[in-house]
Amino acid sequence: MGKITFTMAKRILKSLASGPATLRYPHEPAKRYDASRGHIEIKIEDCIFCGLCSKNCPADAIEVSKDDRTWEIDRFRCIICNSCVEACPKDCLSTSNVYLEPVFSGPLKDKTIGTEPEPETKEE
Amino acid sequence: MTIEEQLIKEITVDSLLDEVKSRSDDGYRLVQIGCTRIEDAFEINYSFEKDYRFENLRVTIGEDVTMPSISDIYWGSFIYENEMHDLYGIGVEGMNIDFNGYLFKTSIPHPFREPPQVSVKKVPKKKKTDEEKKEDGGEE
Amino acid sequence: MASRRTVVPFGPQHPVLPEPIHLDLVIEDEKVIEAIPSIGYVHRGLEKLVETKDYKNYVYIAERICGICSFIHSLGYCQGIENIMDIEVPERAHYLRTIWSEYSRMHSHLLWMGLFADAMGFENLFMNCWRVREQVLDVMEETTGGRVIQGSCKVGGVRKDISAAKLKEISAGLDKTKAEVEEINHVFFDDSTVIHRTRGIGYLSKDDAYKFGAVGPTGRGCGVAIDARETGYAVYPELDFKPVVETAGDCYSRCMVRAKEVIQSADLIQQAIEKIPDGDIEVKVKGNPDGEYFSRVEQPRGECIHYLKGNGKRFLVRERVRTPTLTNIPPLVKMLAGCEMADVPVIVLTIDPCIGCAER
Repeated sequence: MGKITFTMAKRILKSLASGPATLRYPHEPAKRYDASRGHIEIKIEDCIFCGLCSKNCPADAIEVSKDDRTWEIDRFRCIICNSCVEACPKDCLSTSNVYLEPVFSGPLKDKTIGTEPEPETKEE
Repeated sequence: MTIEEQLIKEITVDSLLDEVKSRSDDGYRLVQIGCTRIEDAFEINYSFEKDYRFENLRVTIGEDVTMPSISDIYWGSFIYENEMHDLYGIGVEGMNIDFNGYLFKTSIPHPFREPPQVSVKKVPKKKKTDEEKKEDGGEE
Repeated sequence: MASRRTVVPFGPQHPVLPEPIHLDLVIEDEKVIEAIPSIGYVHRGLEKLVETKDYKNYVYIAERICGICSFIHSLGYCQGIENIMDIEVPERAHYLRTIWSEYSRMHSHLLWMGLFADAMGFENLFMNCWRVREQVLDVMEETTGGRVIQGSCKVGGVRKDISAAKLKEISAGLDKTKAEVEEINHVFFDDSTVIHRTRGIGYLSKDDAYKFGAVGPTGRGCGVAIDARETGYAVYPELDFKPVVETAGDCYSRCMVRAKEVIQSADLIQQAIEKIPDGDIEVKVKGNPDGEYFSRVEQPRGECIHYLKGNGKRFLVRERVRTPTLTNIPPLVKMLAGCEMADVPVIVLTIDPCIGCAER
């Protein structure tokens, strides 16, 4: 009986000294690491609109239009698998570790309109 | 990494019960009963295992054949046979616990029965939303 | 004269039941005579999707069959495709896959121990188990990016690497985790409340367990020493590993098997970290699979089989997943006959049900 009281007392003192084990999210920000998967971002100036990211996407979430120079992603379909990041030949896609806030109703499509192509001096 | 030897033996529907009985007397345990749809026929695999040796019995049947149940020999096989009946529409007679089609409650009866329809992946933009909405039900 | 029997429906929505399984309990004066299971509430038809998705992209679906045993599903699938196509995966990738599989196992068993304590009403122990589990999930998030769905296995290797400094940090962190798990295990093994509610409940003899197809800790707690890790996939032949077996056959021994396996997994990870070689983590894959193979892996709940069949096209002909919970349902039906009604949640939890896996 004494052993149990001793273990309990040790536990109580440890808990009193170190505080709660939980985080008061959303008042405090959540714990994220560098490798955490948040959402996909694109640097539109480097994009050449080849469409490889769209072909490699397993969830068909990306739509690329070469004529209009737009790149669109459906946030609800994207599973942040990084296939597009690995497939892009120009390395303009990246995964950011910020988790997007929930929304009340869909659809949630982010369309990015590209810059005008430079005449004749386009890097390739 | 070792690749294990997996024996597959082709048998007929009539010799199924004798083969299963001889496995059971030898001390094998039933691992699974699986079903594959190939052109015009169904292939049913009965897998057994003992001491990490993996053996399979394969029965190829047409579309309207009823299989005998092995629940007298292996009590726990009812769950695989009911699944086979619900998803593929293969009739099994003599099951010890028969759910009569209500183990998996699907909106289309026998959804796996049709052979796969190979479709072109990239469809014109206008039809894409309809195609994706249909696939959406299965994607998680 | 003839006592009256009532049929009580249990599940799929019930405060103490973590999984959507439905049981019709035939009860006579607080004793359960027989139980009739019914599943099918979360059937998603994932096996049909293999006909429309490229075999390389199907890994993402395979790992989402279940949330708790997710990495090992993707490992079983990738291993099956690699065996059909005769792809030689580099050694370092095998070691990394083993490390993540064992972390998955620790996570799953700690989650189960928490739920088991909760089913008995012991909420403090439930919260303590889950606090230790957070340490495991933090390591998973730091190394792969996801807490439960990793996304790091692919056909031909793995996608992310772990640096040597990180591996040392993980190994030191495991010592701390092991000490905390030992403290929790003491409560499970020695506390009189736990013993009173689990000893002698849900008894299954060794012959019955083997005949009805019990696998995993459900079988190992009854004396059936079957562990798919002994077939020698990934890097297990080089690690010092023996299955944990208990012989008593009741809920208490199954709980002991899982509690001891957490410590064993932590040891296996530390052994693998010492032996890991340098090198590539993936090979390029060309061509399409043509042939068939049964890929057997050991999930936290038992032995899982992925049957794959391809015929030279991009889409596979058939992928069948037989999960351990599907084969543990007949032993559950046998265990429930003859028990008290208040013990039903404890017995249902002792087979570690994962109905999402079982119905795919």
